[in-house]
Amino acid sequence: MHEKTIAELAAALQAREVSSVELTEHYLRRIETLDDALNGYITVTAEQALEAARAADEARAQGRAGPLTGVPVAHKDIFCTEGVRTSCGSRMLDNFVAPYDAGVVERFKAAGCPVLGKTNMDEFAMGSSNETSYYGPVKNPWDTERVPGGSSGGSAAVVAARLAPGATGTDTGGSIRQPAALTGITGLKPTYGRVSRWGMVAFASSLDQGGPMARTAEDCALLLNVMAGFDRRDSTSLERPGEDFTTALDRPVKGLRVGLPKPFFGEGMAPAVARVLEEAIDHYRGLGVEFREVDLPNAGLAVPAYYVVAPAECSSNLARFDGVRYGYRCEDPRDLLDLYTRSRGEGFGAEVQRRIMVGTYALSAGYFDAYYLKAQKIRRLIADDFARAFQEVDVLLGPTTPDTAFRLGEKTDDPVSMYLSDIYTIAVNLAGLPGMSLPAGLADGLPVGMQLIGNYFDEARLLGMAHQYQMGTEWHRMAPGGFN
Amino acid sequence: MSLSRDEVEKIAHLARLAVRPEDLEGYARELSGILAFVEQMDAADTEGVTPMAHPVEASQRLRPDEPDEPDRRDRFQAIAPSVEAGLYLVPRVIE
Amino acid sequence: MQWETVIGLEIHAQLATRSKIFSGASTAYGAAPNTQACAVDLGLPGVLPVLNEGAVRMAVKLGLAIGADIAPRSVFARKNYFYPDLPKGYQISQYELPVVSHGRLEIELEDGQGKTVGITRAHLEEDAGKSLHEDFHGMTGIDLNRAGTPLLEIVSEPDLRSAREAVAYMKKLHSLVRYLGICDGNMQEGSFRCDANVSVRPRGSDTFGTRTEIKNLNSFRFVERAIDYEVERQIDVLEGGGTVVQETRLFDPDQGETRPMRSKEEANDYRYFPDPDLLPLDLDAAFIEKVRATLPELPDEKKQRFMEQYGLSAYDAGVLTASREMADYFEAVAEACQGPAKTAANWVMGELSAALNKDGLDIGDSPVTAEALGGLLRRIHDNTISGKIAKDVFEAMWAGEGDADTVIEAKGLKQITDTGAIEQVIDEVMRDHPQQLEQYRSGKDKLFGFFVGQVMKRTGGKANPAQVNELLKGKL
Repeated sequence: MHEKTIAELAAALQAREVSSVELTEHYLRRIETLDDALNGYITVTAEQALEAARAADEARAQGRAGPLTGVPVAHKDIFCTEGVRTSCGSRMLDNFVAPYDAGVVERFKAAGCPVLGKTNMDEFAMGSSNETSYYGPVKNPWDTERVPGGSSGGSAAVVAARLAPGATGTDTGGSIRQPAALTGITGLKPTYGRVSRWGMVAFASSLDQGGPMARTAEDCALLLNVMAGFDRRDSTSLERPGEDFTTALDRPVKGLRVGLPKPFFGEGMAPAVARVLEEAIDHYRGLGVEFREVDLPNAGLAVPAYYVVAPAECSSNLARFDGVRYGYRCEDPRDLLDLYTRSRGEGFGAEVQRRIMVGTYALSAGYFDAYYLKAQKIRRLIADDFARAFQEVDVLLGPTTPDTAFRLGEKTDDPVSMYLSDIYTIAVNLAGLPGMSLPAGLADGLPVGMQLIGNYFDEARLLGMAHQYQMGTEWHRMAPGGFN
Repeated sequence: MSLSRDEVEKIAHLARLAVRPEDLEGYARELSGILAFVEQMDAADTEGVTPMAHPVEASQRLRPDEPDEPDRRDRFQAIAPSVEAGLYLVPRVIE
Repeated sequence: MQWETVIGLEIHAQLATRSKIFSGASTAYGAAPNTQACAVDLGLPGVLPVLNEGAVRMAVKLGLAIGADIAPRSVFARKNYFYPDLPKGYQISQYELPVVSHGRLEIELEDGQGKTVGITRAHLEEDAGKSLHEDFHGMTGIDLNRAGTPLLEIVSEPDLRSAREAVAYMKKLHSLVRYLGICDGNMQEGSFRCDANVSVRPRGSDTFGTRTEIKNLNSFRFVERAIDYEVERQIDVLEGGGTVVQETRLFDPDQGETRPMRSKEEANDYRYFPDPDLLPLDLDAAFIEKVRATLPELPDEKKQRFMEQYGLSAYDAGVLTASREMADYFEAVAEACQGPAKTAANWVMGELSAALNKDGLDIGDSPVTAEALGGLLRRIHDNTISGKIAKDVFEAMWAGEGDADTVIEAKGLKQITDTGAIEQVIDEVMRDHPQQLEQYRSGKDKLFGFFVGQVMKRTGGKANPAQVNELLKGKL
């Protein structure tokens, strides 16, 4: 049953071939037996999931079922879930039972999707390997000696390992696309403002965006239909008419103009990844896609600019974790300063503290212009680069990551080398554009992701282009050994 | 930009992070490495460029002035580390 | 040496919105601790701010009333610092681009001269919560009901030259925000409070001395006392060969002195940057014009009109327009009394104000409504009662004994205007005081007053004084 995609499960539910309770029980059993090897879930919410599954079956019996009613999903533990611990992968929130649902969580509830649990993640979404989680690293199901990527590594791993048909993730600098690529699944980061940030614990507010992670583009479209939409509680949420992201899935890609960004095909990319991309490009050529090279002259500055903007915003966003109103509080504080510094020093892990310090420094008197302001100007240059490119082409195509999944511990001692694993994904966040990753092949037995980047609000086109590829290829059907 | 131990200490204090003295050196090295990396930005000519604080061009939406939040103190304080008489308690604040 | 004082005020006016600036929690004063602090006010993880339209309108209203520029685009920034009453670890405040800038306010000095005080800017921000220092086992209690209440911080130019000027400016602004209905002005509850930047310099110098900031002054008297103290302190320091330290100080009203604030000693680095959770606030001409249409008559305009329409002196018009409530009350009395407005003015400024003062009431809480007072004055004008009796009637009305006619009727205070009745009393008085009558008739004119007094006494003050005079003259 778990080999089915969301679209197939929805059809099976609708045909009454399976009930939501049966489906949910099946996934809970798989989690029970297989997740120890992965550490993909921080919290499994079996009881609530089954209760929701029963409600979904009842709704279906009464003819009140929507397209995804009864299909179980998992949420990244960054989304607040009422009555359920929302840890954000941090000791700081280990005891935090959220008193409200995130906007995204509400939408899945309303859609009738049982929630299997909360997935592991890099602490406060800061990391590219899922090794900064307070709950221990997530293992890549393709090779449990390797990382699944991050920060949505738990969601990626459980979807890849068929421990959930689909999951939510968040992407601040690549945190949906990079783990999707490293685990061989499909993930989409929507246009900034598409998906409500209400109840999504903030890392870098101007970059964070929630999105779907599933095995196929079609599934991502179905999940995005649930997730996307205006939320008046989020000032940066976009007021747009409702959109069905599945409408362009069957549109032929013939004549589509696709740009290959020069800086994405440089020396940073591993040869094996380059080979896989060549084949994917050839496949698209066969479907009538027209390729041309485009330049993004400032793309090389994206990672440096990001590592100013994101830490700056995070240093402020994470100031609320002070041991006063919720979350971790140190033992026996001597005085107020001690309460603050120890609660935060003990509650946050090293990478989070590093980023808070970098951000604090970048915003401090005397350095603001050289760091923060400079980075925001570069951000504009990067956005302008994309705008120029999209005057010539409809979509950009390139690698998602420079290489396949690296070994656990391989990059933990060198923050900058870790940061560079997001070299192809970060510019998209700085500009606020939609981007997605889909599996395009294997290199030495490990998945390779292909990234598609669209113009603002062009998610449907991206999903359609990905779907057309998946109609003619089998990469998205690959399952890691031991989890098939 | 290379950071000294003292500077790290100052930043850690601004950010209210307790850093053990033996960790200062390590942080100084890592933070200096990160700053050296981000200083690649200096290569770009940003003369006259308008900083971009938001990825989308839009204006702030306004909320009608209507109270619509119920009292949920009990729920919120159930997850608080220390409360008494409806107040959050902290070590004595001196003004 | 001759010293000159230089003062600039930062006034925080709590805006009279019903809900908070970035959340839907109520702003009502006096609720049990933390019952009006919602998830946004508490800075729970994942919550987001959305700007209150009412707060924006009120800020624009003030901007228009002080002839200021309204920014077509203003930006909210984060001011980062740690304090237990600041739940998010930052305060959302307008920093580089405030919504209001370049305004001015006319004040009147004691010598009657006018002075224009520049207003640098007025910006929107959120208030913090409150720290309660009563003993909770040596801990401080935090109440976040006030957190997120909208504030308009109104920053003056360093144009003020004495504590009295500062108070005059503050009073004028206080009156203005209440006229505009954007702030209840309740200083005890902290709705209108002031930080004073004070420095001194040798008279004639054109550079500023080092300033200190006195925080959280919440009464006019404290502002005056704190500034006077601080000016003297700074002069003492300078004349003693010392230098003034730039610092934040608190005023201790019990000791009548200012002292450095301990918690603010360390140099703050607020790390301002644009709040990424909020978009730029764009106000178009249509929005501004809609707000302009809601502006009430402003104090200066009203004063001018009172002088012209009611023939009042500048002084009377000034007193009566000091608050919108007083002005409205006066106008209602003037209309209801159907007589000269001057009488209405005298009564409002005299009897009524005295009674309010005595009972510590605001004019809005007066037990005698404007219509009721107008009714009383009507009875003076139509000679039903004398002005003197009216005071007794007013007292009875104040005590809740009913309207003027009811009191006059119940107490039989109606003026005696019947000539026959007055003559009868005069005859009795003449009969009972033959000696005084003799003396008067032999030229002692002063005794006329004695006879008037006796007649008034016997009529319980109800005889019409003019008639008494006339009839007495004839009889005597």
